[in-house]
Amino acid sequence: MTSIPAPAPGGKKLGLVIDLDTCVGCHACAVNCKEWNTSGHMAPLPDFDPYGAHPEGVWFNRVHSYEAGAGADGRTVHFPRSCLHCEDPPCVTVCPTGASFKRAEDGIVLVNADLCIGCKLCSWACPYGAREFDEDAGVMKKCTLCIDRIYNETLPETERVPACVSTCPTHARHFGDLGDPESDVSRLVASRGGYALMPEQGCKPVNRYLPPRERPTPPAPARRAANEAPIASRLLAWADRVLSR
Amino acid sequence: MKPAASVILFTTASGAGYGLLFWLGLLAPAGMLPASAWFGIVAAALGLALVTFGLLSSTFHLGHPERAWRAVSQWRSSWLSREGVAALASYPPAGLFALCWLAFGPARPATAAFGALTALTAMATVFCTGQIYASLRTIRQWNDPRVVPLYLLLALFSGAVLAAALGGLWGAGRVAAGFALASGVAAALLKLSYWRAIDRAVPASTIESATGLGRWGRVRPLDPPHTEENYLLREMGFRIARKHADRLRRLAIGLAFFAPLALLASGLALDLALPAVLAVFAAGAGLLIERWLFFAEATHTVTLFYRGG
Repeated sequence: MTSIPAPAPGGKKLGLVIDLDTCVGCHACAVNCKEWNTSGHMAPLPDFDPYGAHPEGVWFNRVHSYEAGAGADGRTVHFPRSCLHCEDPPCVTVCPTGASFKRAEDGIVLVNADLCIGCKLCSWACPYGAREFDEDAGVMKKCTLCIDRIYNETLPETERVPACVSTCPTHARHFGDLGDPESDVSRLVASRGGYALMPEQGCKPVNRYLPPRERPTPPAPARRAANEAPIASRLLAWADRVLSR
Repeated sequence: MKPAASVILFTTASGAGYGLLFWLGLLAPAGMLPASAWFGIVAAALGLALVTFGLLSSTFHLGHPERAWRAVSQWRSSWLSREGVAALASYPPAGLFALCWLAFGPARPATAAFGALTALTAMATVFCTGQIYASLRTIRQWNDPRVVPLYLLLALFSGAVLAAALGGLWGAGRVAAGFALASGVAAALLKLSYWRAIDRAVPASTIESATGLGRWGRVRPLDPPHTEENYLLREMGFRIARKHADRLRRLAIGLAFFAPLALLASGLALDLALPAVLAVFAAGAGLLIERWLFFAEATHTVTLFYRGG
């Protein structure tokens, strides 16, 4: 059924919170996602021309890097992009076969590869580029929020999080129930001003992004006493600067 | 958006086919088209052949054409599914309309009833096709109130040109030619207003809203996430140079509207059948260019992440 189900009573809104302040753009989330999912629920994630001149493939995580602003206020931001498991996902409602669906119990958006006819309309409907077509299998694939990890009782409990979250070396990715205002992720979003991407598209994404923190205002340079002459020697001037800190 | 040949052929061929079935279903029972059984057979067969060719060509862009039957199941939410349902629903009335024409003639109540039903299901299908595109908020050039009326008018226009040409060969194409002129003028004016609108519109989504980083100023892509192309860029990153778009727009207007309208008008003035036949080829070529541009000029929000705009 590609109509959006009413959330189940006590249902969750599982999703990710991505901290753009601590993300260092290492792509480990993308790599571990590829590694887990190529043998997981949506497996395989094919690569085309992997050892040739133009290797490419299906990935559920893509890490962009941007410059925002200019001059002293400008900053470089690494920006992981993946499925946002929207509350009102247009990729689901456009699906003509029922292959695309949103789970009532936890809000995860999934594709049933056995029903998918590969019409690609869902990838046109998603504003975020979250869906990638598997040209080998002829079906659409997407992030599953690692549904085969988060409910996997054969894994130690600490590992029951999406692969991207478990691998992030700077702890820039967080997983949890964004429908529960008391959850760790919801508190994190509230305390850091987490936001949704492209709210004007009306998809009500569940995932949130935490903005880079404001820089602390640098201390004003110490006033030199009027009777102190400027230091002529560059070496001594450097030593003066270091010792004055 | 990538202008895929299968979808361009599907929308133009099936649009013309449904347009022809629409005019046949309404004008033949009213005595405004030739009453000949041969005309009925040829015209209905051409309409159904164009529709069927279009539907088959649209399955070529599927990853799993053998599962296409599943596409009629989600009509509650999906315009693509509704299009499939409407397309299938148009076959029985069209077939019964042609049979009644052969058995009883075009002006009998049964023929007229199935003709009206054919016209209704034909336009319902084209309406759904237009809605597939118009309902995508991600593509601002498609998410426009003119898109659905344009699909309907272009189907009516191309169908009327076909009906005028075929009717003319059987000696009674003047009424259809009149409807072709009227729908052609309306479609051309709406298409020009559509192009003006998409050129002037300010995109609602920007790289700043896509990344949420606008609070620090302008956002520029610095490093791409991958060095090679991927599915997203191939499917949704198609770009056409402004220069080519302008030339192709003029060519589309000339071939799809000016040439056929001039030919039809001269055919009416001189009472000749040949100009309407030539108009079919001009309109066909022009509408293929128009449809190619409809895809090539459409931009998707995912390209904001890659190119910034």
